[in-house]
Amino acid sequence: MPAPADILLQVRDLRTWFLTDAGPVRAVDGVSFDLRAGETLGIVGESGSGKSVCAKSIMRLLDEPARIVGGSILFQGRDLANLDEAAIRSVRGREIAMVFQDPMTSLNPVLRIARQLVEAMTAHGRFTPKAARLRAIDLLRRMGVGAPERAINSYPHQFSGGMRQRVMLSMGFSNEPALLIADEPTTALDVTIQAQILELLRELNHDFGTAVILISHDLGVIANVCQRILVMYAGEVVEEGPPEELLSDPRHPYTWALLHAAPRIDATATDRRLATIDGQPPDPRAWPDGCRFRARCPFAIAQCADHPALLPINDTRASRCWVTQQGGTLRPPERAHPAPTMAIADARQPLLEVTDLHKHFVLPKDGYFTPARVLRAVDGVSLTVHRGETVGLVGESGCGKSTLARLVTRLHAPTAGKIVFDGIDISQARQSDIRPLRRRMQMIFQDPYASLNPRMSVGEILAGPLLLHRIVDSRSAASGRVGELLDLVGLPATAAGRFPHEFSGGQRQRISIARALAVGPDLVVADEPISALDVNIQAQIINLMVDLQERLGLTYLFIAHDLAVVRHVCDRIIVLYLGKVMEIARAADLFTRPLHPYTSTLIAAAPVPDPRIERTRRHVPMKGEPPSAVNPPSGCRFRTRCPIAQPRCTVEEPVLQPGVAGQMVACHFPGAL
Amino acid sequence: MSLAPALIMPRMASPTRRWVRRYGLAAAGAVIVIVWVLAAIFAPLVSPHDPYLVNVVNRLKPPSALHWLGTDALGRDVFTRIIYGARISLAVGLVVVLVGGLFGTLLGAVAAYARGWAEEALMRVTDLVFCFPPIVLAMAIAAALGIGTVNTVIAMLVVWWPKFARLARSLVITQRSLEYVEAAQSVGFGPVHILGRQIIPNAVGPLIVLVTLDLGHAILVFAGLSFLGLGVVPPTAEWGAMVAEGRELVQQWWVATFPGIAILTVVMGFNFVGDGIRDWLDPHARTR
Repeated sequence: MPAPADILLQVRDLRTWFLTDAGPVRAVDGVSFDLRAGETLGIVGESGSGKSVCAKSIMRLLDEPARIVGGSILFQGRDLANLDEAAIRSVRGREIAMVFQDPMTSLNPVLRIARQLVEAMTAHGRFTPKAARLRAIDLLRRMGVGAPERAINSYPHQFSGGMRQRVMLSMGFSNEPALLIADEPTTALDVTIQAQILELLRELNHDFGTAVILISHDLGVIANVCQRILVMYAGEVVEEGPPEELLSDPRHPYTWALLHAAPRIDATATDRRLATIDGQPPDPRAWPDGCRFRARCPFAIAQCADHPALLPINDTRASRCWVTQQGGTLRPPERAHPAPTMAIADARQPLLEVTDLHKHFVLPKDGYFTPARVLRAVDGVSLTVHRGETVGLVGESGCGKSTLARLVTRLHAPTAGKIVFDGIDISQARQSDIRPLRRRMQMIFQDPYASLNPRMSVGEILAGPLLLHRIVDSRSAASGRVGELLDLVGLPATAAGRFPHEFSGGQRQRISIARALAVGPDLVVADEPISALDVNIQAQIINLMVDLQERLGLTYLFIAHDLAVVRHVCDRIIVLYLGKVMEIARAADLFTRPLHPYTSTLIAAAPVPDPRIERTRRHVPMKGEPPSAVNPPSGCRFRTRCPIAQPRCTVEEPVLQPGVAGQMVACHFPGAL
Repeated sequence: MSLAPALIMPRMASPTRRWVRRYGLAAAGAVIVIVWVLAAIFAPLVSPHDPYLVNVVNRLKPPSALHWLGTDALGRDVFTRIIYGARISLAVGLVVVLVGGLFGTLLGAVAAYARGWAEEALMRVTDLVFCFPPIVLAMAIAAALGIGTVNTVIAMLVVWWPKFARLARSLVITQRSLEYVEAAQSVGFGPVHILGRQIIPNAVGPLIVLVTLDLGHAILVFAGLSFLGLGVVPPTAEWGAMVAEGRELVQQWWVATFPGIAILTVVMGFNFVGDGIRDWLDPHARTR
């Protein structure tokens, strides 16, 4: 097939394998796609699907033992797969630029921003250092970095994550590349900053005509930037098409599963359970014969034992599925459970009552004679959690939500304020006094890789709490109980003898939940329990948590930055900003009628995986970055980013007071936005 | 599909060659160490002579069939004395590194976990010891305590623990920030359990590497002190002391050379093993 004139990149049957001792890991196994000049292409898939390796193959940024073992990458008449090192270096940065996920590590910490930007430009000999410096300032201004003449002389650590990503984009665009590859560029950022960066990407694509390949696990992110989407699964492209069609009418069951597993911010949940697909992605050392999705596919037919080809559906779409190629449809998922009647009694007992809680961290002094600086991580928070309910705690990173979680479980001691757990004041209790209470409040942690001790078997991890609190009196009784706990979280009893590294992220999070449940707690504080997991695994863990709540009558304090998840699982939601409560409301009310401008901007910033709906949604621009909690703004803390701030907000701090229908809001102009 | 394996296979070295490339030195080191340990344990069986039998008539004989490595100034068999010397060198090295390592590890781990003033106090003491040149400090202490193996070991222990304290502290600080420690706290475990049963087992890998690399170093320092006359009491067979005895006998090169070679091989052996363990524990080095 001769390439049309405007085809910029033509990838054909690309195979990138990791040649390990244990045999080849076929990470990318036969990927083909075209990219036109100026086009935006999204690649979506779960971790291990090969999307990042695919991008790195185009840049030839592969480390041993990864190697391109087959296929071609035609870029402007050259096959990048076979270029020598010197030739590929002249392509990298000059013609193809890349922006990585982690803005904290992708800039060199010991060099000033100016030097890094200037070097990126002078390395290809297109600019003199002087011209490059002027251009760098222009670029930073274009990327939305305030006061670029000053900022250019900073070191990377002086910048926030969002600002560093802007610097990375400046570097990426500095040589006017024909193609920019962005590998999960917003995954490490807050939702408001993500919205800013995505908007910037759209503008840059429009203004410079640079083609963009955007890699993400989040369909919402992809849907709103890209003109075309590739869905990858098990090293292959399984579906391809424009977002409007692909996301409303998926033709591959994996796309279908991704779409239904993610809770949506624009939909009211009738049931807290999400549609999930069973099982794990297959082992890349030995992809299964036939369709690689067959083992997990709810629609599989006999023909799926043969490997399907990626066949066109129409001019713009293609899918690798026997079912839809034969005209079959993918029906919407059936809800196994009817909508549960959330019987919320009026006279509920409070299980946890927090009053005017403060936690101040004293930072190291700059010098002997400077006053100590104080970080007010939690600065006067009051909240109540009733028995049997799920309370969500949301806010951007640095708003104090994790600190709050560690205060109510008394892993940290509060600076001031009162924490009453089931009638017992624990705010100043000593650790030895709290220890008996630990049976009744437990925590689930964010990072499934760090929260389990790698040197202990799962059995030991789960038996430890049982023996400590004398819930069982012997090791043999403990092992019986461990089996029950594993069964409760959907793991086989044989898991007890294995070690955490033998499990996937989702399975580890199940173990973490089992450990929390081992002691039979009333309150479970979950600190971002699903944010490190893939969409489908997130849905499985949410379903498990909902099941357990119904069976065991648990009370959850659920901390998350993902509003869609919070909307989906929580009864009530507390919005935090810089250590203070901005708004408290029932989940449904908060999303239909946000009273605080911060809540409105947060909701508006969360992307919806449907470009047609996204176009109709109201977009409230969120200005700038969150200020530092060391030196918060006077008056209302949100005023520096608030679209409706008035002079009054600078001098007078709004108090949290009842708004309409039991909603609490800390704003002088509630509901004005 | 069919072309891909053909592309790869020539590049994949055979498993044996890859094993040799990766663990060859470590295996060689292990062999050296094992040979020395066996020689030390079975010294009376493998040595042909009595290490302390003085035979002045037979003094300073060059290597021969009877005396494989010659005899020293008192007519004692050098080979036999080297074999017996391995006993004291290995024993002292092991005691110094294990006792010093254990003490330093506990101190550093407690300091890291306790934080605050306890950490400050413990680590400043460590710094205090650290700021003296270790061999000079050990010499001073050994000289003050008087000559003798036990006193030398005590002197070495005083200077030996700080590096373990520092390493253990940094390892525990890394582990302490991981969520499993918070999880253990939230379950209700006390500090002794968390530090001893959960954190230290996770920090032990680099400590084992340091112990192994350090064994050779401890043997070297002990030999050095003995060489200076601050170690063993004559006529104890000890490598450093033997080198010292032969250092002016230029014509009778074998008296000083062979104990020196013994020190060299044992230190090298432990270094190879230590490097091997470090590579084996480091996943980045493992994939290379």
